[in-house]
Amino acid sequence: MADPATFADLAMPYMSALYAAALRMTRNPADAEDLVQETYLRAYRGFEGFREGTNLKAWLYKILTNTFINQYRAKKRRPDQVDLDDVEEFYLFRRLGGLEAANATRTTENEVLDALPDEEVKQALEALPEQFRMAVILADIEGFSYKEIAEILDVPIGTVMSRIHRGRRQLQKRLYDFAQEHNLAPRVGSTTGS
Amino acid sequence: MDCEQTIHRVYEYLDGELTVWRRRAITRHLDECPPCADGFTFEVELRRVIVSKCHEEVPQDLKARIAGALGLDTAR
Repeated sequence: MADPATFADLAMPYMSALYAAALRMTRNPADAEDLVQETYLRAYRGFEGFREGTNLKAWLYKILTNTFINQYRAKKRRPDQVDLDDVEEFYLFRRLGGLEAANATRTTENEVLDALPDEEVKQALEALPEQFRMAVILADIEGFSYKEIAEILDVPIGTVMSRIHRGRRQLQKRLYDFAQEHNLAPRVGSTTGS
Repeated sequence: MDCEQTIHRVYEYLDGELTVWRRRAITRHLDECPPCADGFTFEVELRRVIVSKCHEEVPQDLKARIAGALGLDTAR
């Protein structure tokens, strides 16, 4: 068995990041706590097989995502929304009037971003279909490279790229829909001049 | 590189996943095209906002549970 203190020194600093990712994946605090605990137990048991010098953070995330896929997905209650119509790049920026030549300042767009409530951003991310959600979390929240994400999720890099990009665009669409519903964003008509 | 080609590569550019040559071509376009450059800046800002708004605190009892399960002194 690995020395628990050595393992703890190396692995415990990632708990906060793992917990945040677990919450976005399970969408439930109790499941997220169980998932993180299970991840640490599995990591500890497998720590002998972990090669020093390799990426511990990526290894922990691989255990987290595998455990999630094998254990928690099965009992998922809330079905994923299957709104997978892709949208174009710069979806949100365009709709906030960002590409308008007349828009001399960039304050409007940033004000809309700042006005989005934390809960809404979390829900928008959690509403993404699972495969997209995991890829976006690993890329945007955790900052893993495409190659690292491909290894964590065990899918080809091209698939990772497609999931991250589509996931991000979907996220922008959801954030824009929310901003519109709550009058945080300019009306579509006002940006097209119609 | 025109605007369309540049915008199409926005994520690979910001993720640092492009070849040096492509990266340079896009940087050159952004230097000459303020609307595209603003769009790229917006994407960076959006990501920063998402990261900061998705922050979570680990519950104290979870830390204790894990430390306990690993047989560690919880006072660590």
